[in-house]
Amino acid sequence: MTSADPFVVVDHVTLGYSHQGRVVRAVDDVTLTARRGEFVAVAGPSGCGKTTLLKSLAGLLLPDRGEIRVAGSPVVGPTRRVGMAFQNPILLPWRRTLDNVLLPLEIVAPHRSRFRRERAAHAARAQTLLATVGLDGCGDRYPWQLSGGQQQRASLCRALIHDPDLLLLDEPFGALDAFTREELWLVLQDLWLRQRFTVFLVTHDLREAVFLADTVYVMSARPGRIVARTDVPLPRPRTLEDTFAPTFTDLYHTIRRHIGTGRTPGGVPTEAPARRADDAAPVAAAGLPHPRGDVGPRPSEGQP
Amino acid sequence: MSLRRTAPVWGPPAAVVVASLVLWELAARFMPVFVLPGPRDVAGALAQWRAAIWYNAAQTLVTTLVGFGVAVVAGLGLGMAVGYSALVYRALYPLLVAFNSVPKAAIVPVLVIWFGIGTVPAILTAFLISFFPIVVNVATGLATIEPELQDVLRSLGASRREIFTKVGIPRSLPYFFASLKVSATLAFVGAVISETVASNRGIGYLMLAASSRFEVPLVFAGLVVVAAMGVVLFAAFAVLERRLAGWAYRGQGTA
Repeated sequence: MTSADPFVVVDHVTLGYSHQGRVVRAVDDVTLTARRGEFVAVAGPSGCGKTTLLKSLAGLLLPDRGEIRVAGSPVVGPTRRVGMAFQNPILLPWRRTLDNVLLPLEIVAPHRSRFRRERAAHAARAQTLLATVGLDGCGDRYPWQLSGGQQQRASLCRALIHDPDLLLLDEPFGALDAFTREELWLVLQDLWLRQRFTVFLVTHDLREAVFLADTVYVMSARPGRIVARTDVPLPRPRTLEDTFAPTFTDLYHTIRRHIGTGRTPGGVPTEAPARRADDAAPVAAAGLPHPRGDVGPRPSEGQP
Repeated sequence: MSLRRTAPVWGPPAAVVVASLVLWELAARFMPVFVLPGPRDVAGALAQWRAAIWYNAAQTLVTTLVGFGVAVVAGLGLGMAVGYSALVYRALYPLLVAFNSVPKAAIVPVLVIWFGIGTVPAILTAFLISFFPIVVNVATGLATIEPELQDVLRSLGASRREIFTKVGIPRSLPYFFASLKVSATLAFVGAVISETVASNRGIGYLMLAASSRFEVPLVFAGLVVVAAMGVVLFAAFAVLERRLAGWAYRGQGTA
């Protein structure tokens, strides 16, 4: 492949799953691309197929129609180049934090065959990574001895320990309190600026999307379609102060309006293409985030 | 994890035990000894019949442990199969539930027809009664692995077998040990039932023989011995559980 080719290509992908005997179309004719090292955010109302799209990028689900290519080759199953983190940190409670971070190396080729021999070197690398995210000296603790934010940091380390080219994040900060969440935005930005992996971040927090991403895609309610693509040309590294700048809030509001278009009147899904909403688009319907809900600090949604 | 300081608070349980003994002794004062012997009568019987008790307790202990051991091996195997494969789960679960609903005491006569009286039916009854909790718990531990965790491992290219060994087995250990504690005591119940119905050796037989001779203190002594063996086995597995799956007891003793 040439350097001009996008690193990730999602090419007219349609994906459904069967639920209680009925086929639910989760993702409908989605096309998007990402350059190598690009930070992409996919935002949309809950249940719009964002997670399904992410799983298909990981090779965990295969498209019914269309194709996904990463680094020029079609994704036909899980590959070692992917790291994943979810809203729930799901660390293994019987492993110390360090051993949790090392878990991918026990599974991924080529490390798995020589893991025992190279364990010391890997452990040193994991300690460095833990220190980078602010977990210096926490490697010997068990996950349940860490706070929710610390667990999510460790979960990020686990997703990155095997140097993946593609980091897939499914609302990773959704369950954290507002202050911890913003701190982890900065942590993630630092990691990304340092290693320049390609990121797909699924989120329903538009501030988060604008703050972190180079490009924000907005998906409609199910079946998920891409209704808008917005470039975020803000310079890096971004600071939390930047989120109050007019350029930031303008971008936020532009994207927020697209979320409004994902809504269908009366809540009945239609097959009609998404309409452009005018500025007076009604306030979010049930199930959609309230426009101001994303702006201010939110209470923690409860930590595991 | 640093093991919590084992400073057991002996006070409350000791007080309850002593109070129970006192109540028992008081109640026994108002009853004839062949209805309710007091603790001192039972202690006397324990001392007087210690040779017979020892001989029969050893038999009960051996049959219980053999039956329980078979239940552990078979329960672990079947539990893993049921937890690993949704197909095996669907195929076997109704039969397992039906099987567990059968009163085990009612099976003993059948076992006697097949195997004669004595050790074999006692072992089989102990096995049958302690088998089911192990299967159910191991299967539950395996079947409730978080889907996201499976996604993380699968996205790295882990096979089902790897997910099973890296996550499934450690994760189901606390469930397994919980079932062992229940099953170990149930196994004694099974062995004693079978000995009572059809045996000429064992604590169950001793109690039956004693009651037919109105040696009621000896009957109670048999009960005490069975209870003591059950407590010891339970405690042994509780210790093993803390050693091998202590992580499941987080929250206690950690800030």
